[in-house]
Amino acid sequence: MAESSFRSVTSHDPSFIARSQLLSSDDVARALRRMAHEVIEHNADVDESVIIGLQSGGVAFANQLALVLGEISGHAIRSGQLDVAFYRDDLLRNPAPRPASTSINVDLTNQIVILVDDVLFTGRTVRAALNALTDWGRPRAVQLAVMVDRGHRELPIRPDFVGKNLPTSLEEAIVATVDGVWIGSKAPS
Amino acid sequence: MDWLEGTIVITSIRGKNLLSLNELTKQAILEVLDVAEAFVEVNRRTIKKVPALKGRVIASLFFEESTRTRLSFETAAKRLSADVLSLAVASSSMKKGESLRDTIATVDALGIDAVVMRHQSSGAALQVSRYVPHVRVINAGDGLHQHPTQGLLDAFTIRQVLAERNGATGTETGSELFEGLRILIVGDVRHSRVARSNIAAYVALGADVRVAAPGTLLPECVSDWPVTVVDDIDEAIAWADVVGLLRLQRERGSGSFVPTLSEFTSAFGLTVERARTMRPDALIMHPGPMNRGIEIDSVVADRSSAVIERQVQNGVPIRMAVLYLSVVGSVEESQ
Repeated sequence: MAESSFRSVTSHDPSFIARSQLLSSDDVARALRRMAHEVIEHNADVDESVIIGLQSGGVAFANQLALVLGEISGHAIRSGQLDVAFYRDDLLRNPAPRPASTSINVDLTNQIVILVDDVLFTGRTVRAALNALTDWGRPRAVQLAVMVDRGHRELPIRPDFVGKNLPTSLEEAIVATVDGVWIGSKAPS
Repeated sequence: MDWLEGTIVITSIRGKNLLSLNELTKQAILEVLDVAEAFVEVNRRTIKKVPALKGRVIASLFFEESTRTRLSFETAAKRLSADVLSLAVASSSMKKGESLRDTIATVDALGIDAVVMRHQSSGAALQVSRYVPHVRVINAGDGLHQHPTQGLLDAFTIRQVLAERNGATGTETGSELFEGLRILIVGDVRHSRVARSNIAAYVALGADVRVAAPGTLLPECVSDWPVTVVDDIDEAIAWADVVGLLRLQRERGSGSFVPTLSEFTSAFGLTVERARTMRPDALIMHPGPMNRGIEIDSVVADRSSAVIERQVQNGVPIRMAVLYLSVVGSVEESQ
């Protein structure tokens, strides 16, 4: 599936009712640029890193981050995308999620992997992604970059690079795209 | 065997049995094809295994011999991390006269989530689904009735090859490549469950399907089928975008339905001469195992337009998709 970098807030998730916009597209671009600088500060050998976006919300951010990292460091930064549907631990509660495409064309052994997602919530997607990554080799290190950290972790997982910390209640919903970040709620189904 | 045999309409096989493609809507078929696309990628990885069915048990019961279907179903189940119970019927108690019902009850008592079964009797999979309603039943071929995963993987192969020619992926193209696609099915339609499943899939996806066979190898009810029977095979071969051949099933007595095998070959086989009249970009398909020199000439079978090997390769991702949707989708309902 070709990922379009411009998704309107409603096409992202039709059941999402936006209450207010918290970040504009410019804010998001600035946050990504700051995160890119942090990544470089943290990793002297950034050209050995592989940026992997988690399907579906993390992919556009990962592509953008790889681009900015390339600009700043002067090296082409490799990127990929990963769908964790087959690795989820909630297949019992939420049966058979529709898989999206995975493409990691690199042996990850001894590489620095930077996982990228749009929103960090319970941490279960990241847990599934860590499990999946082992199928592509043994990375030297895995780091986590997210545009929004909304709290409510259910697993011992913390991000290394955060665009925006947003304390939320469980009833609220967050949509984060390269076009901006919104807070709102899910329409009752 | 009326075309409209099933009154059931299934819009998604999530959590459902897969008994016949006649029950499935276009949407349900496309869902399997799209999910299979993700499993093609898994099969390209160095480690071709995902934990989606970890801890689930799938019984593979083949009451009729099979090489590729059984191997690809068991490979699919293992790549999904399921445990596979494989019953070799030849060495089982079926030989001592145990009934199908008792055999299923025994396997079920071991605690299984799904049964993949092939049987020489039409309707056997449906019957088993009534014995064990809490177990998902995947039909891997029942008599002359249906072979759903073959129908799905053939549709998947056509979509994949045609989409690649346009530089796209199958998922992106949906069903549009099938709209008006000219598909000719040639050979022993009468004894072919593959033909019945292929026709169901192709017609649901919008293709124009024609069949060519000697009158003796057409079922009586073919006039009820949503296909055209062609009179002139040479004209039809020049017309087709896809030529799907069927195996002459000598073990089902097809041999006695034709005067001689060589006469069948000269009248309905895809010989080198006939293959020359095909459209240059037309696909040649065969579900295997091939009778080289009977329904298809050996040289033609090895041509690049023949996607026969592709069909075998796609068997695993299609069966992974079917097991994933049917078994993982089922948990909520069954517990």
